[in-house]
Amino acid sequence: MRSKTLIRIIALLLILVSPLNANALSVFACEPEWGALVAELAGEETEITIATTAFQDPHSLQARPSLIAAVRNADLVVCTGADLEIGWLPLLLRRAGNPAVQLGTQGNFLAANYVRRIEIPKTIDRSQGDVHPQGNPHIHLHPRSISRVADELAERLSQLDSSNSADYASRLEYFQHRWDEAQSVWDERIGKLKGMRLASHHRSFSYLADWLDLDIVATLEAKPGIPPSGAQLATLLEQLTPNPPVGVIRTPYENEKPSAWLSDRLDIPQIQLPFTIGGTDKAVDLFSLYDQTLRILEEYAN
Amino acid sequence: MYFSKAAVILTLVLLPVAAVNAQDTAGEIAELRQLVSEMRTDYETRISALEARLVAAERAARGAERDAEEAYEIAEQTAVDQGAGTSAPNSYNPSIGAILMGHYADVDSGWDEIPGFQPGGEIGTGGSGFSLGEAEINMQANVDAKHFGNVTIGLHEDEGELEIELEEAWFHTTDLPAGITATGGRFFSASGYLNSFHFHSDDFTDRPLPYQAFYGGRYSVDGIQARWIAPTKLLFEMGAELNWGGGFPATGNGETSPGAYTLFAKLGGDIGDSHSWLVGASHISADAIERSGGHGHEIVIPEETFTGDSDLTVVDFVWKWAPAGNNSIRNFKIQGEFFSRAEDGIYADIDYNGEQTGWYLQGVWQFAQTWRVGLRHDVVDSDNGSLLVGTELEDPGRSSWRNSLMFDWSPSEFSRLRLQYTNDRVLAESDNQWFLQYIMSVGAHAAHQF
Repeated sequence: MRSKTLIRIIALLLILVSPLNANALSVFACEPEWGALVAELAGEETEITIATTAFQDPHSLQARPSLIAAVRNADLVVCTGADLEIGWLPLLLRRAGNPAVQLGTQGNFLAANYVRRIEIPKTIDRSQGDVHPQGNPHIHLHPRSISRVADELAERLSQLDSSNSADYASRLEYFQHRWDEAQSVWDERIGKLKGMRLASHHRSFSYLADWLDLDIVATLEAKPGIPPSGAQLATLLEQLTPNPPVGVIRTPYENEKPSAWLSDRLDIPQIQLPFTIGGTDKAVDLFSLYDQTLRILEEYAN
Repeated sequence: MYFSKAAVILTLVLLPVAAVNAQDTAGEIAELRQLVSEMRTDYETRISALEARLVAAERAARGAERDAEEAYEIAEQTAVDQGAGTSAPNSYNPSIGAILMGHYADVDSGWDEIPGFQPGGEIGTGGSGFSLGEAEINMQANVDAKHFGNVTIGLHEDEGELEIELEEAWFHTTDLPAGITATGGRFFSASGYLNSFHFHSDDFTDRPLPYQAFYGGRYSVDGIQARWIAPTKLLFEMGAELNWGGGFPATGNGETSPGAYTLFAKLGGDIGDSHSWLVGASHISADAIERSGGHGHEIVIPEETFTGDSDLTVVDFVWKWAPAGNNSIRNFKIQGEFFSRAEDGIYADIDYNGEQTGWYLQGVWQFAQTWRVGLRHDVVDSDNGSLLVGTELEDPGRSSWRNSLMFDWSPSEFSRLRLQYTNDRVLAESDNQWFLQYIMSVGAHAAHQF
């Protein structure tokens, strides 16, 4: 009688424990853009857990219980790297007890390792704010970053799941073809945006500016990661008043107050860009993310 | 006449020729028309083919341009990387961080023991005035492909003498499969939510009363820990610890069997994007031999000791909320823990069978990017029976409690200034206390522990 109860309890526990699909590849992506890229390159059966949404600051996330569980079950961790996730990814990896995804293993993929990084600081000191010694980590808004990371990521997926490597190769080719076509279309549109003068809350759009030749005339955060003070904003207002930029751009997760203050006084619009997948309703994949970003900027370009 | 005859003949001869000629010209025009039309179609086809090739070539050129630009930039990056690359002998140095803490306090009577509890370490309010507090140095790195190592040294001065405390010195495994991690050395026990945090990340200037009463601030284990995370979507984790060291409430017994065991389990997850939670339960079973209080360095009178079994159960929870899960601007956290302990043995040569409980509940609200406010109620209560009258464990007949309100400002992730007011009823008399505290962190980026 007692053993029956025990068996029932164990069975119940097993149901609660809900074992995950053992055959399909399980991928943990730190940011939505890498989740989307994995979705393009891996099969539909691949399970993708994305740690952040477009509305969450990837710098300040905590090693939440659900994320520890997800990393524990992952075959592959796909993150930005370049210290973007320095506050929480190392802790997740340490806590998860999963040797397959530790730094330097095949199951650990850091996208920033494969692209050209800009804004590599010459002075690395906390008095400069939360600077990233390896350069600006917000790499995903340059189409070339995506294309290069896609090559490397497909390679990694096929190493991890070699029985399906032909599938990864053909999905990569299909993706790169479409990405190339899309870039040709975007190339026609970006001429109009060249030299567009903008202020930005944080250096979140440096790669986008690099691609589009935008002129980021001011960053509201005088030092990365440090909220701008009233005095700093006042100085900025004074500097920008003679020749105000077209607008102030920011991500969905950044504090709206400083850009609201500045845009109000300069009488210029606040422009919230999707920044990543899910940042606007229509930014549902990498293609629409870029399209939406261009579309919003085009609205304000003369 | 002759002329007209000749003209007639000529006409007769030439007319058919002209007719034939006219017929030929019409055919030729048609033919030419057809030729022209054929040529036109042909050229149109060829032109559109050429146009298509031109478009393709232009696209290829743009692609090539992108490639060329990329090649140039990669070359540039490589040059930069190579320039920056050095083979310094210190490149394998661990990540190093230091914490500087200190405070100014305004305390009336203060206390360093809680009535009805054997003090488990240097607890209490401290005195009034400026106090340097503790400087903490931490180093950590992967040891090799199988181990991660961490050491934390605490430095503080007590009555002019520098005290060095080995707060943590542990390694853990990084290559065990199936969610298993083993830790060895001196580490903070997983029993209780707050216990695995360093003091500097606390939300108030001092630990809640149950931590001071039952752990002497925190429970450190000298021994081993094994923990396992289940392969589930919710975090389900359980583990055990064996402690051979003297971390209160255990004692270092110098025996082969450990002085204390811990069993713990944790369950946690998310609700939507905005909510996260974690609950835990744990049990520490200690076999204490001649356990004395924590004031080792100021022996005034010979201290009474406890020998016997000490069983402590801790239940804890934490719930965090941030709008859409974006904790960088605004967030709210509520946490609480409940402690219940039974001790059975001999205290001061008297049979002692006591029960003590304690709990705290606190909420912290970050209402702007750098500003937080928090409220805490903490209480402990002992029921030690009537035999211990006249000793430290004499039942005070009342519970000890406090209410604290704190307000802090963090200009960056690495510094924090805090003002705290506490209405302290640990002793019978009400004591109003003020603390102004600073916490500075230099070096390695601290982990965002949940």
